[in-house]
Amino acid sequence: MSQVVTPTATVPGARTPRRDIGLKKRYAAERRFRAYGIAALSFGLIFLFVLLWSVVSKGYTAFQQTGVTLAVEFSEKIIDPQNQRASNPQVLLTANYPVLARNALANALGVAQNDRAKQKELGQMLSDGVRSQLRDMVVADPSIIGKTKTVTLLAAGDIDSAFKGQINLSVPQENRKVSDQQVGWMNKLAEAGALAKHFNTGIFFNGASSRPEAAGVGVALIGSFYMMLIVLVLSLPIGVAASIYLEEFAPKNRFTDLIEVNINNLAAVPSIVYGLLGLAVFINFMGLPRSASLVGGFVLTLMTLPTIIIATRAALKAVPPSIRAAALGLGASKMQTIFHHVLPLAMPGILTGTIIGLAHALGETAPLLLIGMVAFVANFPTTPMDPSTALPVQIYMWANEAERAFVERTSGAIIILLLFLIVMNVGAILLRRRFERRW
Amino acid sequence: MTVLKLTAAALVASVAFAGAASARDQIQIAGSSTVLPYAKIVAETFGETFTNFKTPVVESGGSGAGLKEFCKGVGEATIDIANSSRPINKSEVEACKAAGVTEIQEVRIGYDGIVFAADSGNGDMKIEPKDLYKALAAEVVVDGKLVANPYKNWSDINPTLPKGPIAAYIPGSKHGTREVFEEKIMAEGCKKAGAADVIKAAITDAKQAAAKCVAIRKDGVAVDIDGDYTETLARISANKTGLGVFGLAFYENNMDKLKVATVEGVVPSTETISSGKYPVSRPLFFYVKKAHLGVIPGLKEYVEFFTSDAMVGPDSPLAEYGLVAAPDAQREQVRKDFAAGKTM
Repeated sequence: MSQVVTPTATVPGARTPRRDIGLKKRYAAERRFRAYGIAALSFGLIFLFVLLWSVVSKGYTAFQQTGVTLAVEFSEKIIDPQNQRASNPQVLLTANYPVLARNALANALGVAQNDRAKQKELGQMLSDGVRSQLRDMVVADPSIIGKTKTVTLLAAGDIDSAFKGQINLSVPQENRKVSDQQVGWMNKLAEAGALAKHFNTGIFFNGASSRPEAAGVGVALIGSFYMMLIVLVLSLPIGVAASIYLEEFAPKNRFTDLIEVNINNLAAVPSIVYGLLGLAVFINFMGLPRSASLVGGFVLTLMTLPTIIIATRAALKAVPPSIRAAALGLGASKMQTIFHHVLPLAMPGILTGTIIGLAHALGETAPLLLIGMVAFVANFPTTPMDPSTALPVQIYMWANEAERAFVERTSGAIIILLLFLIVMNVGAILLRRRFERRW
Repeated sequence: MTVLKLTAAALVASVAFAGAASARDQIQIAGSSTVLPYAKIVAETFGETFTNFKTPVVESGGSGAGLKEFCKGVGEATIDIANSSRPINKSEVEACKAAGVTEIQEVRIGYDGIVFAADSGNGDMKIEPKDLYKALAAEVVVDGKLVANPYKNWSDINPTLPKGPIAAYIPGSKHGTREVFEEKIMAEGCKKAGAADVIKAAITDAKQAAAKCVAIRKDGVAVDIDGDYTETLARISANKTGLGVFGLAFYENNMDKLKVATVEGVVPSTETISSGKYPVSRPLFFYVKKAHLGVIPGLKEYVEFFTSDAMVGPDSPLAEYGLVAAPDAQREQVRKDFAAGKTM
């Protein structure tokens, strides 16, 4: 041990080459990883943009609707020629109201009453919905019979499409739904200011209709609202209670492991399977009505439960054990610890999970097919027991329609659905921001 | 808070069970997606005309699915009417009987034409069943022998067809339209192309021989469309040499985007179909549960309204949409049969 070892590093003034610790390589790897990340992100953003662009560019026109403002004469000769309305109110319901509208249009355009062919073409320019529109006016106030009133009537779907430039007018007129004559009338009316685009309130409030100009998502909105309410009211308490038990009380053994595997599995089961289950259990066995939003809500609850349970368990797990230990140490019971301390701290996570689960359920159509909710429903549901549809179902039904005017409406309905989803997801973020705690 | 919500949940559930006992006051219809647009128009007009009844609920899902629901039994939990683009099968009638649906009334509403069309950029097209058979069959006869379909371009078969590789978008097997296509085009073309005799000589079993005649090639040239006509339209816009199968009503609504082909020299239109000149058409039906008449409010009135000339006549909203009205005598017969309560 006589030899003295002098460590090179301690020699003052001597500069040794720096040990290669791969710094350059590591920086390069990091830069590459960042580039991959940005590439992936921009790839996703491009597709999101393309999707939004295609939906919005096709759909924004759906929020406008062509209407014709005409001076309609509520002629007694047409509505009630024999003057029976006092004794037989049925007359007012069955009168030939479209003729009133057609005559008003003929007057505005100066078309002779006896020109049958032209009269027929005129009739096709107005929506069939004018019958109920004018009838409702007369039934509400029979005193307008014999008077002339200015009414804004819906233009027919094809005229609406043509006015918005969605029908190719350069092809020969045999190859399109609107004739040259009708286009001429349309332009004449537009110049006179009688025919114009208005904001389309109908798309929000009307029920389903075979006439594109009168079709709306009203019934679907109510149906979706009922279903979301049922899903929220059922799945939140059940899901939270189940996760609290599993996370805090249940013994950890084979059996609870099996349950956990099953819950994770259920979250990945194709949603149509829940539809089959709903058909078998709720409709065939329990005898609940078809097409009702109640059954839809039950089915979607089953579908959402696993998502909520998984999110809640994760949120409960994230609460630090020190909180539990402190509460227990101060003499709180286990129940008190959970409900007074753990659950409130886990709430933001639970609510976020629930809203994401709800948003998922809101966009679901497959399970609704089998329980009869993919249907044409014109009447507004007053209770969840009445037949109704859902927003995504309405989009699907409109996408399959033959009329050109339904193309924009399909995209319009998608925009409405997207708005709802955005509101829900922003709500989830705000909730998290508001209540989130960091340890 | 959780306790409160649990109570609310229990409330909802109890409403459910109490409500199940209340009577249904709305007609429930399910079935064919071809009949759906017509049924929707009638249902909507019915709801507007008869203000004392609610608008019927019309589900889509296909003829087979509709008839299956229809045959589930009798009672308020089951549907009242099944729309169908083909006549009900024997096996379906038996399934109905087994479930207690013994009295079924058949109502024929009119005819639907099946048209062949390509993108509007194509020239005039003339289709013969034998050409389509040659283009689409799995095996065709070349030099007296059955071989796997060798044709690649439409021009190999008929110069008036679109120029370029063969591509056809035909309805998938869940559609009623497929059956009509097989029967009226493939089987017919098989006979006319002379393949039927060769197949008969090779296969003795008549059923198998018939199946061979209508077998569609599976090398990606003929594409089954399981969705709706909108999907076929999108496929055709993407592939200009593709030929698609549409319903007459859909074609009439999209004439500016499609070029229709004549079949055996006949242009499809309501006139040529009702006169029987245009060969590819089929009757449309709906089936009514007799046991539900008088129980479900408005059911009888709905059927009478549907069969009236105001709805299915030659100058009616349905004809306007594309339905081919049945001849006068047939419509009269349908009304008489329903009024007399004739069952199957």
